Amino acid sequence: MRSLLLLAVSATMLAQSPKYGAGRAPTEDEIRQWNISVSPDGKGLPEGSGTAAIGKEIYSNRCARCHGEKGEGRDSVPLAGGQGSLKNPKPIKTVGSFWPYATTIFDYVSRTMPFEKPGTLTANQVYAVTAYVLFLSGIVQEDAVMDARSLPKVRMPNRGGFVADPRPDTGGKKKGVR
Amino acid sequence: MNEDHHRGRRQWLGLTAAWAAALAACKRAATVEDTGPRMLGTPVSAYGERSSFETAKRALPDTRYPETASSRTPLQESCGMLTPSSLHFERHHAGVPKIDPAAHRLLIHGLVDRPTTFTMEELRRLPSSSHIYFLECAGNSSSEWGPKTGATATQSHGLASCSEWTGVPLSLLLSESGVQKQAKWLVVEGADVCKMQRSLPIEKAMQDALVAWGQSGEALRPEQGYPLRLVVPGWEGNINVKWLRRIQAVEEPYMVRDETSHYTDLMPDGTARMFTFVMEAKSLITYPSGGHKLKPGFCEIQGLAWSGRGRIARVEVSADGGRTWRDAALGEPRIEKAFTRFRLPSNWDGGEVELQSRATDDTGYVQPSKEALVAVRGVNSQYHYNGIKAWKVAADGSVSNA
Repeated sequence: MRSLLLLAVSATMLAQSPKYGAGRAPTEDEIRQWNISVSPDGKGLPEGSGTAAIGKEIYSNRCARCHGEKGEGRDSVPLAGGQGSLKNPKPIKTVGSFWPYATTIFDYVSRTMPFEKPGTLTANQVYAVTAYVLFLSGIVQEDAVMDARSLPKVRMPNRGGFVADPRPDTGGKKKGVR
Repeated sequence: MNEDHHRGRRQWLGLTAAWAAALAACKRAATVEDTGPRMLGTPVSAYGERSSFETAKRALPDTRYPETASSRTPLQESCGMLTPSSLHFERHHAGVPKIDPAAHRLLIHGLVDRPTTFTMEELRRLPSSSHIYFLECAGNSSSEWGPKTGATATQSHGLASCSEWTGVPLSLLLSESGVQKQAKWLVVEGADVCKMQRSLPIEKAMQDALVAWGQSGEALRPEQGYPLRLVVPGWEGNINVKWLRRIQAVEEPYMVRDETSHYTDLMPDGTARMFTFVMEAKSLITYPSGGHKLKPGFCEIQGLAWSGRGRIARVEVSADGGRTWRDAALGEPRIEKAFTRFRLPSNWDGGEVELQSRATDDTGYVQPSKEALVAVRGVNSQYHYNGIKAWKVAADGSVSNA
């Protein structure tokens, strides 16, 4: 006779063997299709390549309407300029002045851009646009080839500009401390 | 404490005067005409609507790109500790996707022994739990850094809401997938068209993160991530990834756009703080607040307080611009990382007043003044403003931002 076995409420969630047997194993292909994230050391970067010289035209057609021909940021955030401005009363945060990793440009452009049609650029196009955005800030030469090997090696000007969270940095525990 | 100071403010905060005023108001309302309906009302309905007399709504931005924008909760029109799901603030980066729950999948892969794909049905069969947590955008109150502060509670603090969330603990899913020891971070990603992603430390994931499908008694709203979202209690809204579709266990953070270019806090020395996750203790007087018009007499001062580090232990209210403070009553249940409503009876005598509230959480952290924040962080860090908010009551009863 079949029955329902009541189990004890337990806190053994951290056991390393599957306890509930839920879900199924995905195929390697499924994981590959879904896994689009790119790490700073280049994990996840696809095959393909591009240069700023090639990227200029793609950028002009697909990006410049919002970001400006020179990355000055017409309707959207600026991509170039602002280097050395981070201590100023009005800092200008751009890819060139602020972003610590070049791989982030590839990852972000490939998943979110162009704004109205995200994910429609090919890997070659994204490498080329990435190269052009770096070129606009004077970080790479116009003919430098960006690919899975070269892009993680690009040194961004503000690479050393980030610090860990030191909070709480206010709100001392003594009553009345403001 | 500070009895002399308090005596001087008795006209504002004195209970005796307050009760006298309240009693007088009751007497005036003694004659009531029966204006009730004389016909049958509407029949039962399948899904309820609020009264047609109610008008509270989210504040929408003036932008050419409303798909990457935020709408704000009208906090000054809320009561209790929960935000109606229909008024929960929004922040989207590429609009609200329409996702069929039957087709939705969650993939866990990377540094795990058993990469696993879950359907919604499979997730719902797992042991679940429900928790009340606030959710606050890291950019909430960014208006307050500058000289022109938010004119209403919606404008200054409306990127915060509080809901009951139901789902399966993320720790359980990681355990089912056999997460490996060298996995220190998770890349968590949404199914919106821009595939919004963040890196989440595994320690927090194992501690209290929830993979949620329920919000305040029903399924998540589409704009809150239907059918599945991450809830990371007490941490900035952006990492509570909506439309959750993929979790990748990795060794190091992936330095994605929303943890480098955005959601980092620029300091006066030109460095920027990174991975500033926790939302620190904060409070706001919601009544009276900007846009309200006070009448002389009894006034119950009300507001909301919350802390990403724990429970609200104390809220003090000042009616003299921060010179003296009086403890407000804290609403129950007082839940960690949830809104706590505070209340303080008072009596307004028609004079000009500056009202402030100051929260303390159970770690002992006291909500700082704007000056204390700016002294450490300058005015360009954009995110994580939690300074004391002041409202001015003018002699005519109008309330505005100080």
